Amino acid sequence: MTPQGSIRRRLFFQLAGVAAVLSLTFFFVVRSVAERAAEGTQDEILAASATAIADSLRSENGGVTLDLPYSALSMLGSVSEDRVFYRVTADGKTLTGYDDLPLPTGGRQTGQTIVETLTYRGDELRAVSVLRPLGSFSAQQDVVVTVAQTREGLEAISRRITATATAVGGGFFLLATALSLWAARTALAPLERLTGAVTRRGPKDLRPVDAIAPAELVPLVTALNGFMSRLRASLLRTEDFIAEAAHRVRTPLATVRAQAEVTHRKLNKPEHKQAIREMIRAIDESSRSAGQMLDHAMVTFRTDSMDRDALDLSALTRETCSQLVPTADLKDISITTDCGPDPVPFEGDRILLQAALLNILDNAIKYSPADSHISVSLRTREDLILSVADEGRGFDDLDLPRLANRYQRGSNTGDIVGSGLGLTIASDVAGAHGGRLIIAQNPKGVGACVSLVLPH
Amino acid sequence: MRFLLIEDNQKLSSAVAERLHLDGHAVDCADTLNAASACIAVADYDLILLDIMLPDGDGRDFLEQHRQAKNRTPIIVTTARSAVSDRVGLLDLGADDYITKPFDFSELEARCRAVLRRQGGAADNNKSFCGTVLDSAAAELRFADKQVSLRNRELRLMEVFFAAPGQIFSKSHLLDRLFSFAEDVSENAIEVYVGRLRKRLDGADITIETVRGLGYRMVAA
Repeated sequence: MTPQGSIRRRLFFQLAGVAAVLSLTFFFVVRSVAERAAEGTQDEILAASATAIADSLRSENGGVTLDLPYSALSMLGSVSEDRVFYRVTADGKTLTGYDDLPLPTGGRQTGQTIVETLTYRGDELRAVSVLRPLGSFSAQQDVVVTVAQTREGLEAISRRITATATAVGGGFFLLATALSLWAARTALAPLERLTGAVTRRGPKDLRPVDAIAPAELVPLVTALNGFMSRLRASLLRTEDFIAEAAHRVRTPLATVRAQAEVTHRKLNKPEHKQAIREMIRAIDESSRSAGQMLDHAMVTFRTDSMDRDALDLSALTRETCSQLVPTADLKDISITTDCGPDPVPFEGDRILLQAALLNILDNAIKYSPADSHISVSLRTREDLILSVADEGRGFDDLDLPRLANRYQRGSNTGDIVGSGLGLTIASDVAGAHGGRLIIAQNPKGVGACVSLVLPH
Repeated sequence: MRFLLIEDNQKLSSAVAERLHLDGHAVDCADTLNAASACIAVADYDLILLDIMLPDGDGRDFLEQHRQAKNRTPIIVTTARSAVSDRVGLLDLGADDYITKPFDFSELEARCRAVLRRQGGAADNNKSFCGTVLDSAAAELRFADKQVSLRNRELRLMEVFFAAPGQIFSKSHLLDRLFSFAEDVSENAIEVYVGRLRKRLDGADITIETVRGLGYRMVAA
């Protein structure tokens, strides 16, 4: 199964994304508030300065006199080193100051304070203008006092604030990212614990999972336990079913076979005897196939959940061979085992290994002529090699790779009863132990040599 | 040999009994574990054939009780299961051997023979005729001061003759006794084995005689 995305990554990126948005918002808000505050301060000082100048205006004899108060301009210098410009006009005529400083463009209502940002002599200025009516009603003059200041100080303040806001915002983002990473990991820890608990158990272990799970995972664990108990019940049922089916089929077959043997003994005519002989062969064939299919099912089931016991492969080989000695004896076939004097330790599944060896030996006995010899040897090289060599008809060269496939029999099996599962079983068992099955001609001449190669 | 056959299927049990009779064995049948215990209490058996699934219990329990009671009568389990795992379990419980149904009677006999040989042989295993002794457990002939060991088929053929000295056995009968149903052999094969027996009997006071057109018989030389 290919995983689709990762919850941890998604959680982390979402949390980090939120942190990034919050950090940016923080940065912009802090900067704009701070800049507005700094700008407001400059504007207020400029307004105070302009008002102070306006307050010192006097109307004398139809003219306007101005005694420029020094403090009005000096208070501007207290804020920053920025250059200050001013201009006082009466009815559009410049009384004092820079006569090219632009006049305010806004409305011309008296008493009004106009705040503007303008460009003068290549610099950006902040300008505050105060309008004052002066003189008697008949000879009223509109006086405009404009005080302006460059904004370099303000820009410096702005840069400082921006730098601080960037540092604080970035720091906040980094901290939040680290916390997101931690949060994503912590939030997923119960899930990882549960996964670990499920993975650690062997495939044989079908007991319910009892790991402590958070509320969100309880339905999943419940469903998993439900599946496990159903699987266990199903496996048990299958085993029982196979045993029961075998019993139901084999018991009547045994009756028929025994009766057929009795009848065979009593009959005299060769053609009748031959008919019974065919019957018995058919019974043997079906019973053998059933047996091998059961063995194959058992092997398939067990290889998924095999034992890893410490075995003595040498003792196991001798024991298994001795089980088939009476069968071999019937055809005067002798079986010799050469396992060396010492125990051969191996970790594996005793039942599977026995099934493999029994099937190989059974094949060897079946295809060997009377008065022949089967030699079983166990050698320790880089791998453990358990070989069974017979003096039977051997294999046709072409068959070799095909024989270990299910239900495939050699091309020269002739009339010998077989289902074609024996070598498949042996090959599956070898595979389950990390080894392989080698099918070859007997190196000593006629016959076959089948070897289980098992890694140490 | 005397068998106790513990099997709940009546038809199978009577067929097996009849088949074993043909080879000259005596068979008592028990269809439950209780009946089997009753039989064992009153008679001695050379061998017990035990089915695993029985109406009044599991054959495995019987096996364990039998071994705990120190009864030395060998038990061969006959079961319809064939999984190797069952086999291993049964041998561990104390069964002497294991054979799956349906069984080949010559294989059953071979297994019985092997089990008895491991135990040191049944008491009446030796048969003699005209000073020649056939020891089935040791698979050898003894005559004069000679001991001649026999291969499996030679032994089985010799047993047929020793069971009824002087009786004529047809080639086809001997063929049935000697070869399994899976083997296709001609009647000439019997000549080979009879020839081998004659060589083994060299120096003994008995011989195997060809009765033209009828078969062979064992007679005093």
